[in-house]
Amino acid sequence: MIDGLINYLRGPEKKTAAVAKERLQIILAHERAGRGTATPDYLPALQEELMAVIAKYIHVDRDSFKVQLENHDRYDVLELNITLPDKINSKISA
Amino acid sequence: MAKVIVVTSGKGGVGKTTTSASFSTGLAMRGNKTVVIDFDVGLRNLDLIMGCERRVVYDIINVINGEVSLKQALIKDKSCDNLYILPASQTRDKDALNLEGVERILDELKLTFDFIVCDSPAGIESGAFTAMYFADEALVVTNPEVSSVRDSDRILGILAAKSKRAVDGLEPVKEHLLVTRYDPRRVNTGAMLSVTDIQEILRIPLLGVIPESESVLQASNSGTPAIHIEKSDVAEAYRDVVGRFMGEELPMRFINAEKVGFFKRLLGGH
Repeated sequence: MIDGLINYLRGPEKKTAAVAKERLQIILAHERAGRGTATPDYLPALQEELMAVIAKYIHVDRDSFKVQLENHDRYDVLELNITLPDKINSKISA
Repeated sequence: MAKVIVVTSGKGGVGKTTTSASFSTGLAMRGNKTVVIDFDVGLRNLDLIMGCERRVVYDIINVINGEVSLKQALIKDKSCDNLYILPASQTRDKDALNLEGVERILDELKLTFDFIVCDSPAGIESGAFTAMYFADEALVVTNPEVSSVRDSDRILGILAAKSKRAVDGLEPVKEHLLVTRYDPRRVNTGAMLSVTDIQEILRIPLLGVIPESESVLQASNSGTPAIHIEKSDVAEAYRDVVGRFMGEELPMRFINAEKVGFFKRLLGGH
């Protein structure tokens, strides 16, 4: 009974096909970026320089810094993904 | 000019050999001189699916090593006049299949055949690479399932970067998406990736959809390519695929769930 109520309150569950599509889109964008044709030569250097600039102001982990180039038909998207350290940790390290 | 078509997928068990058998049969039934080559050295199975396993005497490795002529190794299909099968070797290791040897065979086949269908082994190792290297066009066989879609994407990357056409800077290999084992009912309930989803992810033109069906097992049990099975949706779907490949504009079928009639439902249908 309670389970039923919880499920009802949670709303309809996400269909697995939709989950599959989303997961595929993320992993394939990543894998395509790693392939020779999809990655321009300047990407690694760009990533290094961007990291150097950001490191001047914020203390971030190498692992929490991602640069991705996604190819679409008529345009490309350069995506920077930086996970900032949470406040408590940064206070301790400061 | 003869065309080399590779049937590939990366992932195993998605229907490459089933497709190679039916696709090449369909091409031959339309009057095209067609040869289908098994590239799965060590694990040959095309002969079983085509129903000619007891007539295999020589194989592709014998031809590459110059032990027999191509003519001696080719097996004429039991029901199609225009169709020949070149089996893989069951005993040798896969390294016996080298690019130079395969190129020589393909060049010789191009003199007499209109279509050369290459049935690729699973994986991305030498056998699969050799099968796709000389391709003009590729049928990328994909199941509506995450690992198959991911592997297909990987194969598309290899075709675009490492095939002979890519290396020589020629026009790229023409890619076709073939979705197999499709179940529209499960797509409708949100439990299976749809053709549109897969197309959106892989971004290549759709050549056809083959529904999940019992007749595929029936076909392999009896050594008859599925396209020959009478009153089967799989056979019709493969005939459509061949038609579209030959340039006909045919509407996509088998992508929507069959409407279940009132009486069937009453009698306990789904």
